[in-house]
Amino acid sequence: MSSHAAAATLDPHDDPTTTTGIPNKKLLMWAFLASDCMFFGCLISTHLIYRLHPPPGTPSARQVFSIELTSFSTFILLMSSLMMALAVNAIQKGNLKSMRWSLLTTIFFGLIFLGCQVYEFRNFVFEKHLTITNSILGTTFFTLTGTHGLHVLIGVIWLTAMLIYSFTGRLTEKQSIDVESMGLYWHFVDIVWIVIFTAVYLLEYI
Amino acid sequence: MEALAKTDFIAKDDQPAKPLVLWRPTAKTGLISWLTTVDHKRIGFLYGLSALFFFIFGGLEALAIRLQLAVPNNTFLTSAQYSEMFTMHGTTMIFLVVMPMGAAFFNFIMPLQIGARDVAFPRLNAFSFWTFVVGAIVLNIGWFTKDGAPDAGWFGYAPLTTRTFSPTHAIDMWVMGLQLLGVASIAAALNFIVTIINMRAPGMTMMRLPVFTWMTLFTSFLIVLSFPAITIALIEIMMDRLFGTNFFEVSSGGLPILWQHLFWIFGHPEVYILILPAMGIISEILPTFSRKPLFGYPIVVFSGASIGFLGFGVWSHHMFTTGMGTTATAAFSMMTMAIAVPTGVKIFNWIGTLWGGHITMRTPMMFAIGFLWMFMLGGLSGIMHSAAPADAQQHGSYFIVAHFHYVLIGGSLFALFAGIQYWFPLMFGRMISEFWGKVTFWLVFVGFNVTFFPMHFLGLEGMPRRTFTYDANMGWATGNLFATIGAFILAIGVATFFISMIYAFFKGERAHKDQWDGRTLEWSLPVPPPEYNFAVIPTVHARDGWWYAKKHASEIAKETAEHAKEDEAHGGIHMPNQSIYPFLASVGILIGAIGVAVVDHDPSPGFWGTKVAITILGGAIMFVSVLLWACEGADGFHIHLNADGSVREDGGHH
Repeated sequence: MSSHAAAATLDPHDDPTTTTGIPNKKLLMWAFLASDCMFFGCLISTHLIYRLHPPPGTPSARQVFSIELTSFSTFILLMSSLMMALAVNAIQKGNLKSMRWSLLTTIFFGLIFLGCQVYEFRNFVFEKHLTITNSILGTTFFTLTGTHGLHVLIGVIWLTAMLIYSFTGRLTEKQSIDVESMGLYWHFVDIVWIVIFTAVYLLEYI
Repeated sequence: MEALAKTDFIAKDDQPAKPLVLWRPTAKTGLISWLTTVDHKRIGFLYGLSALFFFIFGGLEALAIRLQLAVPNNTFLTSAQYSEMFTMHGTTMIFLVVMPMGAAFFNFIMPLQIGARDVAFPRLNAFSFWTFVVGAIVLNIGWFTKDGAPDAGWFGYAPLTTRTFSPTHAIDMWVMGLQLLGVASIAAALNFIVTIINMRAPGMTMMRLPVFTWMTLFTSFLIVLSFPAITIALIEIMMDRLFGTNFFEVSSGGLPILWQHLFWIFGHPEVYILILPAMGIISEILPTFSRKPLFGYPIVVFSGASIGFLGFGVWSHHMFTTGMGTTATAAFSMMTMAIAVPTGVKIFNWIGTLWGGHITMRTPMMFAIGFLWMFMLGGLSGIMHSAAPADAQQHGSYFIVAHFHYVLIGGSLFALFAGIQYWFPLMFGRMISEFWGKVTFWLVFVGFNVTFFPMHFLGLEGMPRRTFTYDANMGWATGNLFATIGAFILAIGVATFFISMIYAFFKGERAHKDQWDGRTLEWSLPVPPPEYNFAVIPTVHARDGWWYAKKHASEIAKETAEHAKEDEAHGGIHMPNQSIYPFLASVGILIGAIGVAVVDHDPSPGFWGTKVAITILGGAIMFVSVLLWACEGADGFHIHLNADGSVREDGGHH
C-alpha cells in the first residue's frame, strides 16, 4: 500500500482489494475473451473446412469479394482501436472531455465499418447473387461475418451508452476500469476481424 | 489516499453522485427476497432445489424407459414416446441435474472455502441461476405443446435435427434450451474463475486452496472453453432450421460430420465438467473421515489440471466408427489411454488417504468409498473403449450405456449424494438421519449395480442403444428384466434419500458447528452460516486452514480480534445490494426464446409477424434490464456486528 500512497496518483493497473491486484472486471473480461476466442475459432474453422469442398456450380469467393472496400473498412476498424486506446488513457488521467471525443470517434469509425458491411452484404446479395441459402459459401460467409458484425454492433451500443453515462457525472477516473474493460472487448473484436480478413478474404487471393 | 485506492465494491468513504436506481429491493424474507437475492448461499440453495426437482423428472423418464424394456415386445411406450424419453432423460440428467447440483456446491461451498463473503459478481450470479431456469423451461415446454418434447437424442446429431427430418418445434426448443443453459453456465463459470483467483482470504495461496475449490476452478475453465463449441454448433443448426442455410445440408455441400466434431469438442470436456466437481467433493470427504490430510495434495491438483487439459484432445473417441482414418483414430486412441493416467493417479491418492487413517463410517464416507469403487469400474470399461477396434464392437451398444452410467451415477451422483450428506449440517444446521442415510446408501448401491451391471452383458450380446423394443428370441430378456428390477430398487433408494432429506430439513436433529471436525474454512462458521459468512475475514496459515486454527486457538483468537478492529475502522462488513434486474433480464430472455423456438412461423411472407414481434419484445426487455442493471452500479451497504452477534445495519446505502 505504501508504494501506492507515494505514487500519489491512482494506479489503474492495481486493485489492492483483490488477491492478485488485478481488478475483478478486467479478469472477468479476459476470461470472457478466452471463451469468445473458442467461439470465433469454431465459426472460422467451419468456414475454412467448408471452403475446401465447394459443390460444383457455386460462385467462387474471388468473383464475389471486393477486396478494396474490405481493406478500407479493415483500416477504419483498426483506427477505431487507436481511438479506443486514447479514450482509456484519457479517463485514467481523469480527462473526461478528451475521453468523450475519443469515444465519439470510436463510435463513428465503428459505424463506418458497419455501414461498409451493410453495403457489402447488399452488394453480394443483389449484384453478385450470393445469398445465405443458395450456397455453402454464402452460408458460412454471412454467418461468420454477420456474427462479427453483431459483436461490433454490441460494442457500438456499449460505447454509446458509456458516452451518454459520462454526462451524468458518475464516470470518474475511479471507474476507469469500466471504460478499460469495454476497450478490451473492442480491441478483441478488432483482432478477430484481422483473423477473419486474413482467413476469409486474403486467403482467396493467394 | 487509502480511500481513493479502494474500488467501489469494498468501501467508499466519500459520497459521489448517487447511482441511477429505480427500485432498491430490501426484503429479507418472502418471494421478492428470493427473486432479488444476490447471496451466493441462497443462489446455491436454489440451484440445488432445481436440480433435485429435475432429478425427479429425469428419474421418472428413466423408469418409463426401463418399464418399456422390462419384457420383449412391450407396448408400454410407442417408439416416438420412447425417443422423447431417452432424449429428455439424457438432456435433463446432464444439464438440469448433475451440472446445477455441481453449481449448487460451487455457489454455496466454494466462497466459504476461500474465506470470501460472496462471489466476485453477485448479480451476475443471480443472472446465471435465472437463465438456467429459463433454459430448463424452454427445454421442457414441448411436453405441454402439440409438438411434443425433443426426440433426437441428447447429442442431437445432424441431419436428424434438420427441418427435413424433425419438422416440429420440438428440436427448436432443444436447441434454444441448450443455448440458454450454455449462457447460464458460462456466466456462472466466469464468476467462479474471478472469485477463486481474486477473492481469496489473506494467506490463502493457490497451493492452499481446498481441492474442491481447485476442481471448481478447473471445471469453470472447462465450461468457459468448451461451451462455445456447442454454442456454434447450435447456432449453425438453428440457422439451418430458421433461415434455410446449408451447414448440414448435404446436397449443397454441408457436412453433417461437422456437427459430430463440434458437439464432441464440447461433449467430451462436458464429461469432465460432470466428474471433476465429484472428484473435488470426494477429496474433501475422504480426509475428513480418515482423520488424515489428503495424500499427495499437489499431485491430486495437477492430475485435475491434466485431466482438464487432456479432456480437450480426446473428443473423437466418440466417433471411432465414422471412418476418420487410421492416423486420427490412432492419435485419439492414444490420448484416451493417456487421460486414464491422471485419473488413476487420483484413485491411488484417495486410497493413500484412506491407508492407515482413523476411518469413521458415516453416510458421506460410505457414498465416497462407493464412488471410489464404482467410478473405477466405469473407468475400466472406459479404457476398453480407448482401443478403437474394441470400441467398434461396443459402439452404440448397451455396453456404452453401462459404462457411462457407472461414471455418471457411480461417479458423479454418488459423490453429489455424498456432498449433500456431508454439507447438509453446515447448510441447514440439521442432520440427515444416520440410519436412513445408510439405508439410502445400500438401496442406491444395490439398485444401481443390479440395473447397470447386466447392461455390460446385454451390450456384448449385441443389444443396441436407443431401441424401443426387442424380440424374445434375442436372448436379452433376462438381463433387461434384471435391469428394470434394479431401476426400481434404485428409485426406492432415491425416494428414501428425498424423504430423509426433507424430514431432516424441517425436523432433523440440530447439528453443531464443525459437525465432522473438518479441516477447511467452511467449518469455522456457525450453522447455518450467517448472511455475511465471516464475522471477520480469516487469515490462513496452512493448507488445512481451519485445522490449523483449531490447533492454534489462542494465537488465532488474538489475530481475529485485531482484524475485527481494523474491519470496523474500515466501515464494517460490506454487503452487496439486492437487485431485480438479473431476474428481469432472464424473463426477457425467456420471452425472446419462446418467440424463436415455440411460436409458429408466420404463414404470410414478409418480416413482421407474431414470431418476430415476441422475439423483439423479449430482446427489448432483456436490453432495458441490462441497461438498468449497469446504471444501478455494484454498490452495497455496511453492517456491524454487536458484541452479542446481532446485526446492526448502516443507515445510508453506499
